[in-house]
Amino acid sequence: MQLIYLDHLSATPLHPQAKEAMIRHIETVFGNPVSDHRVGQRASQALDRARQQVAALIKADPGEIVFTSGGSEANNHALKGIAIGLREKGRRIITTNIEHKSILNALRTLRLLDYQVTSLDVAPHGLVDPAAVEKALTPDTILISVMLANNEIGTIEPIAEIAKIAKKKNIIFHTDAVDAVGVIPVDVKALGVNLLSLAANIFYGPPGVGALYVKKGTPLWPLIDGGMQENKRRAGTENLIGIVGLGAAAEAAVREMPERIPRLQAMRDRLRQGLLERIPEIVINGHPTLNLPHLLSVSFKYVEGESLMLMLDEEGVEVSTRSACASGSLRASHVLISTGLDFATAQGTLLFSFGRDNTDADVDKVLEVLPGIVQTLRDMSPLYKKGHGG
Amino acid sequence: MYSEIVMDHFKNPRNVGEIANADGIGEVGNPVCGDMMNVFIKVENDKIVDIKFKTFGCGSAIAVSSMITEMAKGKTLEEAMKITNMDVADALGGLPKNKLHCSNLGADALHSAIKNYFDRKAGKVRDLTPDREEHIKGTDGQACYCPYCTKEVAEESPFCIFCGQEIPHEHDH
Repeated sequence: MQLIYLDHLSATPLHPQAKEAMIRHIETVFGNPVSDHRVGQRASQALDRARQQVAALIKADPGEIVFTSGGSEANNHALKGIAIGLREKGRRIITTNIEHKSILNALRTLRLLDYQVTSLDVAPHGLVDPAAVEKALTPDTILISVMLANNEIGTIEPIAEIAKIAKKKNIIFHTDAVDAVGVIPVDVKALGVNLLSLAANIFYGPPGVGALYVKKGTPLWPLIDGGMQENKRRAGTENLIGIVGLGAAAEAAVREMPERIPRLQAMRDRLRQGLLERIPEIVINGHPTLNLPHLLSVSFKYVEGESLMLMLDEEGVEVSTRSACASGSLRASHVLISTGLDFATAQGTLLFSFGRDNTDADVDKVLEVLPGIVQTLRDMSPLYKKGHGG
Repeated sequence: MYSEIVMDHFKNPRNVGEIANADGIGEVGNPVCGDMMNVFIKVENDKIVDIKFKTFGCGSAIAVSSMITEMAKGKTLEEAMKITNMDVADALGGLPKNKLHCSNLGADALHSAIKNYFDRKAGKVRDLTPDREEHIKGTDGQACYCPYCTKEVAEESPFCIFCGQEIPHEHDH
């Protein structure tokens, strides 16, 4: 069966260019970039090149890129690195209720170490109010962390506005841009952030590698201690094969985004319109205009998301229930509940995320099979009857 | 992730629907937990002669519902009361660990229907609210407690920082 893959937020297929760069690297380079001999310098050159490629993707200087093991490490490093770096200045961190678990649980750890966390509510579409951020600031606030684009509903937050407030008050600002970088244009200078997290597997690079943008002069303490790698910010011999793949994927993203974005958005919009026309009582999550172009979150009332996902899988359509990180959890998504959805409706949520290989025929297939699947499950649901006064 | 038997019952669920003039109706779970199950039984001479279900829930919840109706059909009420949630999971060839306590409500729903039958016979119409509330408790609040020393711990803590015990892997892969 030909599988239709609509879960690019969970994983993306490796870009042919990234694959080629990684294979070439494996076959020709094995040195350690810290070695001053020629074998080591070949590795060092590969590392430099990848650093330039990633810097170009987010309009940073190459010296401001710290390679990590992925988005979660970048997020952990930003939060814990600033908490330690500024521990003499203050102990309060401001964030929101809809952040990724790598933010939520890093803050759980910092709470244990006597840091205080203010977590802000969001508006129904998942938008963070910059005025609320400003109001939450205290004299001992050392860090603000707000995600650029939400990984469950796709809402794009007013990062530049919040960064202005942070700058005015001389507070470090981090944004988790993992689900945005390589998907939409991101410019760290235009955003005005001090720290920004990104991950390769969101834009057709290999899993297990990412980066943290660290603006020059940011007081970021290392998360992993050891040698002098990564400008003394991240010790350990680099995952150079992954980093080379990340660099090549970054270069491909810069080139392909202008063509890809409108194409994916058109497919996403057609799916949204088609579902609204064919299936009654559904809720489209996220902001109607300020959103990621490739993502659609839909809640189907009276049914549960995993059942929908399994039945679509039987038809060869691969989607996610909420986000991949949440789908093993049996709780309703904290993001959907924060945006005001009730528990029952939140349980019936599917997340469609388009990618470079999808076509219009994929949208047709979903529109053909999904209405019947929803009806089958609704006919089986005790809530459906109750919702209809029977 | 699911066994072949689970997938068969999920894709081709047996005994879906309602019984209009049921002798007993059971209900467990609620949408907050993600699973809710209704069981309808028809009883003749202390035997379950017909049984149907309606379920809101994940793949395993639907498979469990289907399996319990097959297991209970034709059994006496006494035999049916002896079926446990674990028996249902075993008959399905096992369930993933994280689904064992949440989606595996089949026997509870069946027993709720049988109690409802006896209560109706005794002239009491049983209020199903306690069954619902029982399953709401503990899932709605934000606080998590260590099961060993009962101190409040952070959500998803790998172990309790007060007593050092590993906290069982309840809701994760």
